[in-house]
Amino acid sequence: MTTTTTTGRAPAPRDTGGAVLEASGVTMRFGGLTAVRDVDLTVRAGEIVGLIGPNGAGKTTFFNCLTGLYIPTEGTVRYRGTVLPHRSHLVTQAGIARTFQNIRLFANMTVLENVLVGRHTRTSEGLFSALLRGPRFRKAERDSEDRAMELLDFTGLTDKRDHLARNLPYGEQRKLEIARALASEPGLLLLDEPTAGMTAVETTATRELVLAIREQGTAVLVIEHDMRFIFNLCDRVAVLVQGQKLIEGSPETVQMDDRVIAAYLGTPFEGEPGEAEAAEVRAAEAHSTGTDADQPEEGN
Amino acid sequence: MTTQGSHVTTTGKAATTKPHTPTAGPAPLPLGADPHTARRLGRGLTGAGAVLAFAGTMLPWTWTAEFPGDLTLALYPAGLQLLTLAASVLTAALLLASAGVRGLRWLTPGGKHSALLLMTLANLGVTWYTAGAIAVELGGIVNFEPGMWIGLAGTLVALVGALALPADLPPEPDGTRADGAWHRLRHALKAPPPGRSAPLPGWAEILLICAACALGLYVFAYGIEAEDGPPFIGFLVLAAFAFPALGKAGLPRRLSVLAARHRTATLGAAFVAALLFPLTQSNEAYTNIAVSVLIFATVALGLNMVVGLAGILDLGYVAFLGVGAYTAALVSGAETSSLGLHVPFWAAVLIGAAVALVFGLVIGFPSLRLHGDYLAIVTLGFGEIFRISVQNLDGDSGPNVTNGPNGIPNIPDLEILGFNFGEEHAFLGFELGRFANYYLLMLLFTAIVVTVFRRSDNSRIGRAWIAIREDETAARAMGVNAFRLKLMAFALGATLAGMAGTVLAHVEFSVTPESYKFVHTAPPNSAFLLIAVILGGMGTVSGPLIGAALLYLIPAKLQFMADYQLLLFGIALILLMRFRPEGLIADRRKQLEFHETGQLDVPLDPAAGTPGLPRLGKTEA
Ligand SMILES: Nc1ncnc2c1ncn2[C@@H]1O[C@H](COP(=O)(O)OP(=O)(O)OP(=O)(O)O)[C@@H](O)[C@H]1O
Ligand SMILES: [Mg+2]
Repeated sequence: MTTTTTTGRAPAPRDTGGAVLEASGVTMRFGGLTAVRDVDLTVRAGEIVGLIGPNGAGKTTFFNCLTGLYIPTEGTVRYRGTVLPHRSHLVTQAGIARTFQNIRLFANMTVLENVLVGRHTRTSEGLFSALLRGPRFRKAERDSEDRAMELLDFTGLTDKRDHLARNLPYGEQRKLEIARALASEPGLLLLDEPTAGMTAVETTATRELVLAIREQGTAVLVIEHDMRFIFNLCDRVAVLVQGQKLIEGSPETVQMDDRVIAAYLGTPFEGEPGEAEAAEVRAAEAHSTGTDADQPEEGN
Repeated sequence: MTTQGSHVTTTGKAATTKPHTPTAGPAPLPLGADPHTARRLGRGLTGAGAVLAFAGTMLPWTWTAEFPGDLTLALYPAGLQLLTLAASVLTAALLLASAGVRGLRWLTPGGKHSALLLMTLANLGVTWYTAGAIAVELGGIVNFEPGMWIGLAGTLVALVGALALPADLPPEPDGTRADGAWHRLRHALKAPPPGRSAPLPGWAEILLICAACALGLYVFAYGIEAEDGPPFIGFLVLAAFAFPALGKAGLPRRLSVLAARHRTATLGAAFVAALLFPLTQSNEAYTNIAVSVLIFATVALGLNMVVGLAGILDLGYVAFLGVGAYTAALVSGAETSSLGLHVPFWAAVLIGAAVALVFGLVIGFPSLRLHGDYLAIVTLGFGEIFRISVQNLDGDSGPNVTNGPNGIPNIPDLEILGFNFGEEHAFLGFELGRFANYYLLMLLFTAIVVTVFRRSDNSRIGRAWIAIREDETAARAMGVNAFRLKLMAFALGATLAGMAGTVLAHVEFSVTPESYKFVHTAPPNSAFLLIAVILGGMGTVSGPLIGAALLYLIPAKLQFMADYQLLLFGIALILLMRFRPEGLIADRRKQLEFHETGQLDVPLDPAAGTPGLPRLGKTEA
């Protein structure tokens, strides 16, 4: 964590006025366990915001609350001023797209088909137009395919279009997940550990990709354990520890903060969530080892 | 002794055409120390055996015509002899092709000796089965005539010869050393995938597709006409080995490439072949089976949309067929109908489909909120509720709507524009009987279901269905309204089944609740429909059609073993799941899922697109 945070950082966002995402007081309880506690977070247009925190801090749970996969126990999430419903397809429709910590592609569909599914909310051809195959349907399919090919081009997967997603190497699966999310033309992209398991070269490429996404006008909220990646990339970083937001600020401030270092090194800090609760969190974490942390409960 | 694998091709000419590896694995039955002589010997024996078996079919096999098919005449092969004859000819053709004879090489673009081995097995199987059947039926092997003995010897010699030929694939690298004879046999049955074919002119490719469809029609017609008992079992034995043999040779793969290139032509040719079927039949009993097969297959294809595309395990699907059939029975002028209506057929179809749609929505709305096993159980429950309700709506336990267990008999035959479906009609010199008429009508509905399936599969909606099947959470996160789309698939499946049911009611004269059980010894029932889909291949069009045809034909033809039917199906299904989990017709995706090759879907030439795979978005009629 000794990087000079200014090198290679993209120009500051041009428009910081409008908030894209406003989460206020988001709390998520699983029975006795409070995975996310009263978190406020704002992402403004054109920003790249980082969300860091030790394992089990509740970052993924927070994402699930934002995207309607979980219904938060308390709190509201607004996207461009309107409160989001707790249905994940409506959240995507509104303009928030995401990737998953454990890659969740449609494994037995081709790369192109995966991206086309991402276009679902931006197209409207129903069953009847599919059955009748009129000119409008053909045009819509063609347009969708063109748009999907653009995205594959953007992520560098053009020559893999007819491969099954499951046969892609790991790094390309991550890229495909991003391409699929971008296909829904989001105003805010949520990335959950986009560089996990990547080589240094691939990490750099991902960084370029995220910057390019921002250039196209999509704000990005990214969870990552790779500090160098986060501090080099983000305009703002929020730290989540045991479900609570510890600090939020520029990479420089966050990097210097003693409490962050303490949280990562495991030293308990005073005043913050009691030891009893921390033990509880750890117990639940141990309990859930091996289960899919992304898997939300069925909720409507 | 057999580790030597250096493959000395007999002629330089053949060597240049071998697309794959120049080394070959050990033969399962090494006859000679030197691979060169072993190969010679093997080919010689196989050829001699095939000729011998062929000659055997020209002589009588038994002395009495009591054995089905009359195998008593010289120079007049009949019944089961024809099967041995066909297998011998195919063996000879594969032998010549594998030896690289010019003009026949297209027969074995993939495996050569593996295909040959399976074909000799097919020949052996059908011939020795016949001998066994004669011995059992007529009482002892004294009933064999010389031709039978020649056939037995010939097929055995051919098999020994084929076993002496080296395997197609080189021996596996150390670690899995093929030591025992069993291992060598298994290795010899492995075949390399076919290479790319030289491009043919378009018309020639379409001609090939037509020929394949004609062949398919012929095989199907032969199977339907084969007499119950030994002739049909012989047909099954031959088919069970000969089709895998052709598969090893790589022909189906080639054909599917052609079919993908000429979608419309393929569908057209298949449709015409199906249309011609009644003209090949003179016996009403067989067209009766054919129309039942067609109804069953159509319903199975409808179920495939629900199970194969959207991934909804529906165990009560046959109820929607019942809804359609009962609705049609009630409004089509049957005397016992409680409604006493008689609407024209098109209206009956629309009403039947609409009622089934409503049932689909009503049942789907609560149950599709469940997932996996729970959903399966609930659909199973609703299927049974339908049957039991129909049984109870008899005027005693409830209002009289359906006549209870007696059902609604005497549904009058259809009459459309003066064309009475119950009567015989002459057409181009062919007599088309009652069932042939209904067959042609049903074919129209099958075509509709095929079109609906194909068009919805390759569209925004179909992709969303498959996405839900693959990972529902991810699909929802991509903006797919999973519940709505699943309800749509469920209701569409119900509508199609209801439509088929309206025809079923007329074909069968009557409807009774007992025909719509979850499981029963004869199709259609929910369990058989599901088996047809799984057996044939989920997510494909031709899979459920073929699966349904097999599932219907086998019980219809093998009446004598009705008691063991379910047991046999169970065993067959277990074997299939072990050796070919993707079903008979493999969906490209499923094939990759179950057999991790990692290479199958790699486009051979990026510039030319993917030869075998349909390109997305290229929508065609
Ligand atoms: N569905 C659930 N039911 C019960 N507990 C859950 C559930 N999902 C998450 N948790 C718990 O909430 C806590 C936070 O988990 P979360 O996955 O959000 O952590 P994270 O910050 O993403 O960690 P990592 O960096 O390891 O991905 C963990 O203790 C976890 O066990
Ligand atoms: Mg996480």
